[in-house]
Amino acid sequence: MNKYLPVIIASLILGVFAVAGTTLVSFTYENTKDRIEENKRLALLKQLTKLVPAQQIDNDIVADSISVSAPDQLGQQESRIYLGRKNAQPVAAVFESTTHRGYSGDINLLVAVMHDGTLGGVRVISHKETPGLGDKVDENRSDWILSFAGKSLSNPSPDQWKVKRDGGYFDQFTGATITPRAVVEAVRKTLDYYRLNQEKIFTSTPPALPATEGY
Amino acid sequence: MSVSYREIINNGLWNNNQALVALLGLCPLLAVTNSAVNGLGLGMATMLVLIASNASVSLIRDFVRPEIRLPVFVLIIASFVTAVELSMNAFFPELYKILGIFIPLIVTNCTIIGRAEAYASRNSLMPAIVDGLSMGLGFLLVLVTLGGLRELVDQGTLFADLHLMFGEGARGLYLSFSDDYQGMLLAILPPGAFIGLGFLIAIKNVIDARRDKAAESSIPAVEPVTE
Repeated sequence: MNKYLPVIIASLILGVFAVAGTTLVSFTYENTKDRIEENKRLALLKQLTKLVPAQQIDNDIVADSISVSAPDQLGQQESRIYLGRKNAQPVAAVFESTTHRGYSGDINLLVAVMHDGTLGGVRVISHKETPGLGDKVDENRSDWILSFAGKSLSNPSPDQWKVKRDGGYFDQFTGATITPRAVVEAVRKTLDYYRLNQEKIFTSTPPALPATEGY
Repeated sequence: MSVSYREIINNGLWNNNQALVALLGLCPLLAVTNSAVNGLGLGMATMLVLIASNASVSLIRDFVRPEIRLPVFVLIIASFVTAVELSMNAFFPELYKILGIFIPLIVTNCTIIGRAEAYASRNSLMPAIVDGLSMGLGFLLVLVTLGGLRELVDQGTLFADLHLMFGEGARGLYLSFSDDYQGMLLAILPPGAFIGLGFLIAIKNVIDARRDKAAESSIPAVEPVTE
């Protein structure tokens, strides 16, 4: 018995510290989780409001969202679509859209399509493009991403939905063609998806607990 | 045993600076120092963890048997880092997004377990806290200096995006040295981090060498023997 005593004592001490550490972590978690959730919601709302001005809608655009699976057009197995309505009439749909054709890794976009099919705007949510070159798609780095506002599949015409290097309408950056090319393509695909699924998107009723849908 | 706090602070800030002399924690140091504000954010998080872990290691140093001290230290450090990570996510969400993976990676910063093992586990509470504070502050200063240097060379500003830490009121509080500065991309890319750190270490060594020389020459020199 004596031989095992040090082992038992050591285990007990280690156990006490494990409990203490877990207590600290769970205490912090309990006290911060609501705030973290709220931060996430506010950050998303801030992004969405930039694309669909708050006075144009009267619903909770973050909660009024659906989840669709269209990996070919929207780039993810599951993409969320946030729906803006006023007086229960559809105003805009904001798509989470991803392109895998960036220069380094995925580029995640928010693409706002107004009900008539014009773009409310596009924003890059996250990317890993080269600083100083491809990262000009970021709103904080250059105004390029703002040039999408007001465009639609008929303006410019469908064959002009390319960067200038490829004979299209949109500017590329000096030293970076791949990044803008990927973004332009992703936006066009999103518009295509909207054109084909417009009815379905706005008539689908949001589930009571959107986050758990499909799991 | 009397403890010289002056010496502890000197060690942390200069003589045994964890980043410039011990060369510990280089991974976060090189990766997040794109700007002074990023450096400040990670530096403060690291310092907080270092003080908390030094204090708790010092408090428990008499109960913990030597054979399990390392797992216990790791447990303590990991718990504090997770707590800091959650709090940062709650209170500085934008900065948290930028620093991303480097906050949880504070766990693997050798400085922290190094100070726990080499100092806190052998000293009483107050010296351990002061050691954590000065080592953390030394690390923070290098992070901010390197971040500021790279930001300055890259885009000609200092402390841009300060509002990520101190709210919207601080948005305008940055220094801009030139409006039409074209920027030097190299500084913000990974090589810029290595070059910048190299310069900082070199500057420190030059200052130390000058000091030693000054100290030597203040002692009356013995006449050199010449043939």
